[in-house]
Amino acid sequence: MTEPEERAQQRRGYWRDNLRLAGCCLVVWFAVSFGCGILLVDVLNQVRIGGFELGFWFAQQGSIYVFVALIFFYAWRMGKIDRKHGVDEED
Amino acid sequence: MTLATLTYIVVGATFALYIGIAFWSKARTTGDFYVAGKHVHPVANGMATAADWMSAASFISMAGLIAFLGYDGSVYLMGWTGGYVLLALLLAPYLRKFGKFTIPEFIGDRYYSQTARVVAVACLIIISFTYVAGQMRGVGIVFSRFLGVDVATGLLVGMGVVFFYAVLGGMKGITYTQVAQYCVLIFAYTVPAVFISLQVTGVAVPQLAFGSGAGGGESLLAKLDRVVTDLGFAEYTSGSKSPVDVFFITLALMIGTAGLPHVLVRFFTVPRVRDARTSAGYALLFIAILYTTAPAVGALARLNLTATIQSGPVGAVDGNLAYAERPQWFRTWEDTGLLAVEDLNGDGRIQYYNDANPAFAERAESMGWQGNELTVDQDIIVLANPEIAGLPDWVVALVAAGGIAAALSTAAGLLLVISAAVSHDIVKSWVARGISERQELTIGRISAAVAVLLAGYLGYNPPGFVAQVVAFAFGIAAASLFPVILLGIFAARMNREGAIAGMLTGLVFTVGYIAYFKFHMQPLGGNVKENWLFGISPEGIGAVGAMLNFAVAIAVSTATKPPPAETRALVERIRTPR
Repeated sequence: MTEPEERAQQRRGYWRDNLRLAGCCLVVWFAVSFGCGILLVDVLNQVRIGGFELGFWFAQQGSIYVFVALIFFYAWRMGKIDRKHGVDEED
Repeated sequence: MTLATLTYIVVGATFALYIGIAFWSKARTTGDFYVAGKHVHPVANGMATAADWMSAASFISMAGLIAFLGYDGSVYLMGWTGGYVLLALLLAPYLRKFGKFTIPEFIGDRYYSQTARVVAVACLIIISFTYVAGQMRGVGIVFSRFLGVDVATGLLVGMGVVFFYAVLGGMKGITYTQVAQYCVLIFAYTVPAVFISLQVTGVAVPQLAFGSGAGGGESLLAKLDRVVTDLGFAEYTSGSKSPVDVFFITLALMIGTAGLPHVLVRFFTVPRVRDARTSAGYALLFIAILYTTAPAVGALARLNLTATIQSGPVGAVDGNLAYAERPQWFRTWEDTGLLAVEDLNGDGRIQYYNDANPAFAERAESMGWQGNELTVDQDIIVLANPEIAGLPDWVVALVAAGGIAAALSTAAGLLLVISAAVSHDIVKSWVARGISERQELTIGRISAAVAVLLAGYLGYNPPGFVAQVVAFAFGIAAASLFPVILLGIFAARMNREGAIAGMLTGLVFTVGYIAYFKFHMQPLGGNVKENWLFGISPEGIGAVGAMLNFAVAIAVSTATKPPPAETRALVERIRTPR
């Protein structure tokens, strides 16, 4: 394999890993907000956690906590993917 | 020392701080002016983004909005935070890798088209001016309420301060002032929130107090539901908007947030691609501190307010607060007009209930109630908090400084993207290509100055529809900029024709739909659920506009010739950090 081809293949692999990770994170993003906070809110409100109905908690608190965690998780995993494919930035 | 003097001192001290920072961080190059030389630490950028993002409306109005909307208020909480996930995963790292100065520049380069760039500038200017007029108004209002000066004077002082650090310091100046402004505003927001939580529930953390018990085995929220439904209001924890509408409003706010130019451009300022990712996380963390506190404050304040007025059982003669015995904070805010009482049935007591609820009308009549007697402005929830909680005057002064910090930081961020679009995307790339960097910097400063003056004018003489057009900023950002930036990164085949057609479709559809309902164009019909497309209100239509933009862009680009090789190389380059 010539060098440019090798580089192109490496980039394709990097991009595929990136899309898979971002896709998984977006599923979680959708599930906690649109899923738990909106579409399933009445079902989840049957469950109580402390003084909260669960669906209401997701809509006004829980989804936001998950969003924050999700971005840091993505940043951490992308760092690993960058290094795995040798495209990480030097310091 | 009187409250007014103390407020002058606290607000004055914060202004001195902002101006000091402006001197220290004067912009020397166009790189400094547009993107702070790309030297901003990700945590600092996170704070600056948070201050940039949280406007006077977030600080002053949001908790009150949620207090009176209950569950329906969740659209703002999820919508204005969930957008950061899209931003961090889909846009920020790639825009940083692109590594130039403005959003229209990215669109122009990616779509090898000056036309695309100009369309993007037009969208950016419409979005930003809509938004900034509200901020300047907010500055004026905070000044007039806390410092007793008139709105015009407050506006002039606010303009003077923004003028100083945005014109002098550019992006570098506003970044470090925004860091300071974030610290001021978050401190001013959380201190009263903690005290009010302690007072109502005995739990210090508002996020936990929100879910705590209210005595007798009843949770606070269950008590709130009971108390408000007893007075004919909708149950707090369940909504009255349709799920479809809630879904689309949330989606439009999320996409709109991720497409707002003044937020996107902040991610141009960090040193590396990986800093753009973590920086978005810090930004949302700093935002989340306020956004998870606000609904707690809203619920606690609603309970507090209702219990103050309806001090005994509904229907008991002495169950309602006697007007003569109203607490001191009530009197203070009556003077400002944020609280108003009209004794309709002349019994000397205040009745606060939902007189628009036909199911409650009979009961109200049997008790001799002749209509709701209390009018509450939503802003009072945050503004009156320190007094309701009996906090010392310095906290009240701090809330004033926090409100002004929130308004100024957002205004400055918006003014900067406007001036950058004018000097860099219009003048430098189009009207006068040959100008030197020094000249471009001067033009940048002049356009920032003109934008401040224009924004001040709009704040003082808000067009009659200003309250109606908040939906515009998010709707247009969602329907025009977000889809073409996203496709520019993730669809290598997307070409000039597709992007321009998509942007124009999204823009025209969204503006048309909002205008149709918000300006009551006769004889087209009123802004009611029955007339809405698929039951989606104008606030949520940006999400549909974005989908149309995607569909049209993809269809048109498939039918026209693919982008040139250089564009494909550009896409390859922005996709990898190195």
